Amino acid sequence: MTTDTAKMPAAGRMGYRFNLVGMLALAVILLWGLVAVFAHLLIPYPVGEIVDFDYFGPMSAQFWLGSDYLGRDMFSRIVMGARYTVGISVAAVAIACTTGVVLGMIAAVSGGWTDTLLSRFLDAMSSIPSKLFGLVVVAAVGSSIPVLIITLSVIYIPGAYRFARALAVNINAMDFITVARTRGENVFYIIRSEILPNILGPVLADLGLRFVFIVLLLSGLSFLGLGVQPPYADWGALVRENIGGLPFGAPAVMFPSIAIASLTISVNLLIDNLPYKIRDRSA
Amino acid sequence: MNHRILSLVMSRLLIAVITLVIVSFAVFFATMMLPGDTATILLGQAATPEAVAGLRTAMHLDEPAIIRFMRWFGGLVTGDLGTSYANDMPIADLIAGRFINTLKLAGVTALFSVPIALTLGITAAMMRGSLYDRVVTILTIGVISVPEFMVATSAVLLFAVYLKWLPALSIANEVHSITDLLRVYAMPVITLTFVVSAQMIRMTRAAVVETLNTPYVEMALLKGASPQRIVLKHALPNALGPIVNAVALSLSYLLGGVIIVETIFNYPGIAKLMVDAVATRDLPLIQSCAMIFCVGYLILITLADILAILSNPRLR
Repeated sequence: MTTDTAKMPAAGRMGYRFNLVGMLALAVILLWGLVAVFAHLLIPYPVGEIVDFDYFGPMSAQFWLGSDYLGRDMFSRIVMGARYTVGISVAAVAIACTTGVVLGMIAAVSGGWTDTLLSRFLDAMSSIPSKLFGLVVVAAVGSSIPVLIITLSVIYIPGAYRFARALAVNINAMDFITVARTRGENVFYIIRSEILPNILGPVLADLGLRFVFIVLLLSGLSFLGLGVQPPYADWGALVRENIGGLPFGAPAVMFPSIAIASLTISVNLLIDNLPYKIRDRSA
Repeated sequence: MNHRILSLVMSRLLIAVITLVIVSFAVFFATMMLPGDTATILLGQAATPEAVAGLRTAMHLDEPAIIRFMRWFGGLVTGDLGTSYANDMPIADLIAGRFINTLKLAGVTALFSVPIALTLGITAAMMRGSLYDRVVTILTIGVISVPEFMVATSAVLLFAVYLKWLPALSIANEVHSITDLLRVYAMPVITLTFVVSAQMIRMTRAAVVETLNTPYVEMALLKGASPQRIVLKHALPNALGPIVNAVALSLSYLLGGVIIVETIFNYPGIAKLMVDAVATRDLPLIQSCAMIFCVGYLILITLADILAILSNPRLR
């Protein structure tokens, strides 16, 4: 037991101590968030305009990240692409986690057949491989941004549900829940005021992980040509467009991939370096 | 105690069958959401109403959805996968050769990645906290947090563009010699091995670390057993269940990886067939491919659970 307390970081000024890697990761995430919001102010050239006579141009002072397969400015396209990648993923992860966590808490608190039915059904849903589910839905309904957001969130609801349910079941066995029940509180009060505050930390960490999965899946779908459709392009679609430049090692193929990697690795690092208090509250 | 194992395994198999029915239901109705009438789409705008009505009857489109689902599911079970919309060929014929290609790719990848991943995962867990462990951990996090196509493009950049060992994206479909064989398989296998191994290393390491934290390992340490003996004699037999579970689960990542890898390297497998079918909206073909993938995934995760039950010494 002593080793466990020794591993816990000492409380800092705000009650938590944050290490350097975590701070750096957070900075990168915030940077991409700001880029997504202010993309229209940051781009040096309009995204659709052909500005370079050369295609797959190298990096230069004029075109910071080179030009794409039509001679469009890559820097502008990546900055605008942040909007689609970050925006769609944030919307999808918000829907997925809210739905999953609410359903998970309801299942844990009510128990009985509600719990069994929900768990069975969502388990079955999660045994469809995620990329395949995306492929089938896009084949059936066609790809548009609302369809993408809904599909991505449906795919990740079972995971969020399972996680929240497992945490909530533990809390549900505590004495203060029994006290609340004897007081005659209803299910919604118990969920909102007794369970949610106690599982919030781990749930937020899980939200971050699910955000990474969603970014990766969205990029994968876009890369297959099933995600964001032209003339708009997210980072995955930018790689697809410029894949022809791969044999020459064109910057147009590499930088969208690097953008994705910088975002997803940062989120993973941030979660791994979260203060012990937030991450492992359930344990 | 054998009776208990048997009942656990049987209940797991029953769950798998129920899941399969729910999944096929989901796949069937997801593809039913297609706007527009299939018969009209097939015959084009100029078709006469009589022709459309005739085709609708011939394709059983005027029956209720549930009857069509039963018919389709019955066909799947008996091996009749229907006919492709795009080129009027029986789907079973289209799929057969492609399916074997994909299995070859998956098999070769598993052959490489399982030994590599187990070695790295177990040694990293043994040397927990060392520089070696940190390097392995950082590399696996790196590979896990980037999309599969980035692993593939990086492999192309490294092996084809800078080192010039292998051709980039041009791949011959005719295999005449061993060098041809290497050329066809090298890049896809390298990419998939990276993707799958990263998952496997992470899970294996976690499983072994968890066992090393148990009181009986501490006891062995206090007795004065050597680190090798602790790991091989005391920890590994108990970690076997979680490790086998991890291996089967990571192999299920092959399915997602295969879709990207076959597309990027133009490999004539079943995932490429399916992505092409999405482009032509060939629904029966998509349904069949989707079911093959779902069944494969289901087999792997069920196998993972069953192996975990079988290798749990407490149940013996």
